[in-house]
Amino acid sequence: MSSLTPTSRSWYKRNEIALTPWLFLLPAMLFFAVYVIVPIGQSFWISFHQWDGLGEKTYIGTANYERLLGIGDQNIDRKFETSFWNNLKWLALYLLAVPAGLFIALFLNQTVRGIRLYKSLFFFPFVISQVVVGLVFSWFYLPREGLLNAILGLVGAGPVNILGDPTLATYGIIAAGLWPQTAYCMILYLTGLNAVDPEQVEAARLDGAKGYKMLWYIILPQLKPATFIAFVVTIIGALRSFDLISVMTNGGPFGSTRVLSFYMFEESLSEFGFRMGYGSAIAVVLFFIMLGFIGYFLYAMWRDEKGAR
Amino acid sequence: MFPTPIAKKSRGYQRTYQAVLPIALVLWLLPLIAVAMFSIKPAADFANGNYWGWPSSFEGFTNYGKVFLESNMPRYLMNSMFITIPTVLGAIILSSMAGFALGIYKFKGNLFIFFMFIAGNFVPFQILMVPVRDLTINMGMYDSIQGLVLFHVAFQTGFCTLFMRNFIRALPFPLIEAARVEGVAEWRIFFYVVLPLMKPALAALAMLIFTFIWNDYFWAVVLTQGPSAQPVTAGITEFNSQFRAAYHLMSAGSIVAALPPVAMFFLMQKHFIAGLTLGAVK
Repeated sequence: MSSLTPTSRSWYKRNEIALTPWLFLLPAMLFFAVYVIVPIGQSFWISFHQWDGLGEKTYIGTANYERLLGIGDQNIDRKFETSFWNNLKWLALYLLAVPAGLFIALFLNQTVRGIRLYKSLFFFPFVISQVVVGLVFSWFYLPREGLLNAILGLVGAGPVNILGDPTLATYGIIAAGLWPQTAYCMILYLTGLNAVDPEQVEAARLDGAKGYKMLWYIILPQLKPATFIAFVVTIIGALRSFDLISVMTNGGPFGSTRVLSFYMFEESLSEFGFRMGYGSAIAVVLFFIMLGFIGYFLYAMWRDEKGAR
Repeated sequence: MFPTPIAKKSRGYQRTYQAVLPIALVLWLLPLIAVAMFSIKPAADFANGNYWGWPSSFEGFTNYGKVFLESNMPRYLMNSMFITIPTVLGAIILSSMAGFALGIYKFKGNLFIFFMFIAGNFVPFQILMVPVRDLTINMGMYDSIQGLVLFHVAFQTGFCTLFMRNFIRALPFPLIEAARVEGVAEWRIFFYVVLPLMKPALAALAMLIFTFIWNDYFWAVVLTQGPSAQPVTAGITEFNSQFRAAYHLMSAGSIVAALPPVAMFFLMQKHFIAGLTLGAVK
C-alpha cells in the first residue's frame, strides 16, 4: 500500500465504482453480522452445551437433542411434543387468514361513499400491538365479564371458559391471531385487486365468465404476487407466535398452549434456573422448520430475479 | 373491476350492501369496541355486574387520568418513544445505503448478500435470543434503551434493505449513468440523485418500522427488566398487575398503549399501505 500513497487519491478514483458499493454496504453488513448472522452460529454451538447463562459452559455433545427428541432409552420431551403439535395447528389454521383476507377484500372492493374509511377501519387490528390484541381477546373470552359469553348467553348457549380449557385454549389464541393477520392479507389483496387488468375482466365478461369462475380463472392468477406475500407473512407469523401466548395464557392451562418459540423462551429464562443450552437446542429445531420455508421463499424470489434480468 | 361494481346492480342490492357494511364493521371490531366501552365505565359497574349495559356514569376522564397520573404508564410511553425513533432513523440510514449499493452496482456476491439480508429477516427470534442477550449483557447494555435500539436497528436492516433495494432497482437507471458521464462522484450520486427520489420509500418505511418496533414485545422482555428501560408493550403487564381485575383501568391502559401507531397509521395511511403492500403487485 505504501507505494500507492502518493497516488492514493487517483487509486481510489480509478477503482471508485468497485469500491463504493462495499463502503456503502459496510455499516449494514457489520450490524447484521454481529446481531443476526453470528448469533445463529453461536446458538448452534451453545445447543451442544449445558449452560446456565452465567458460569462455564459444559460440553455435552448431542445430549440436549437426545433428551428433546427422546433418542436412546429416554422418552421424547412431552412439553416439546405438545409445542410441536401446537405449532402445526398454528400453521394450518393461521393460513385461514389468506382466504378470509381475500373474502373481505372482495367484499370491500367497491366504490361507494366512505369506503376508504371502511377499508382503513377493517385494516385497523393489524396496527395494534399483539400484546394489546391478546389482552383484548382474553377479556373478550372472560367467563363472567366477557362479551363472548354475554352473546352466547343471548342464544341460550352455556358459558365457556375458552382460555381455561386445555382443549380449547390454543384455538382461542389462534382465533385472536387470525384477527390482525386477516386484516393484513386483506390489505394485500385490496392492493392486488386495484391492479387487476380491467380489459381482461371485461373481455372475460363478454365471454360469459362471471362469479366464481371469473374469480378462479381470471382474477386469482393476476393476484399471484399478493397471494405469495400473504403466504410468506402468514407462515412466518404462525411460526413466530409468541406474544399472544405469553399474554393470554402464559403457556397454560397445564402447558397446553405452548409452542416451540414459547417453550424455548421458558426453558432459557425460566424461574427455575436458566437452561440456555437446552433452550438453544429447541431454537435450532425451530430454525430448521423455518429454514424449509425460508429456502422455498428465497428460491421463488431468486427465480423472479433471474426472470427480471 | 372485480367484483362487479355495485352501481351496475339492482337498487335493492345496493341498499343491502350499504346496510351490511356498517354491521360487518361493528362485528369485525367488536372485541375492540368492548374494550373501549370498558374503559369509560366506572368501577361500580363491574362490582354490580353491569358489564355490558349502558355505563351508569361516564368515567372516561377519571380512568384515563388515572392511567397517566397514578401509574408508570407515562414512563413506559417515553421509553417506547426513545426506543422507536432512534431505531427508525438508524435502520433507514443503514438500509438506504445498503440498498443503494445492492440496487445500483453490479459486483460479485451482490445477489448473495442481498439474499442473506432477506433470509436473516425471516429467522425465528429464538435462534438469536441467547447470544444477543449475552452480547448485550457483555456490552453493559442489558436493561437499557441503547441495548434494545442497537439490536432493533440491526435486525430491521434486513427487511429495510430488501425494501430499499427493490425500490432503487425500479428507479430509471439512465439517471445514474447521466450523472456518471457528467463526472459526479459516486457518493454524490447517492446524496443528490438517488436520495431525493427515495422520499416516498423513506416515508413508507419509517411508518412501518415505527409500528413494528413500537409493537415489539419479545425483545423488550428479553433485553430489559424494569420501568427504567421497558417499552409500553412490556410495561403493560406490570400495569395490569398493579390494577389487577380493575377492567376499566386495564382497558384504558391498553388503549393508551396501542394508540401511537394507530394515530400514525391514520395520519399517514397512504405511505403505510404503500410500504406494506410493496411487491403485492407486479
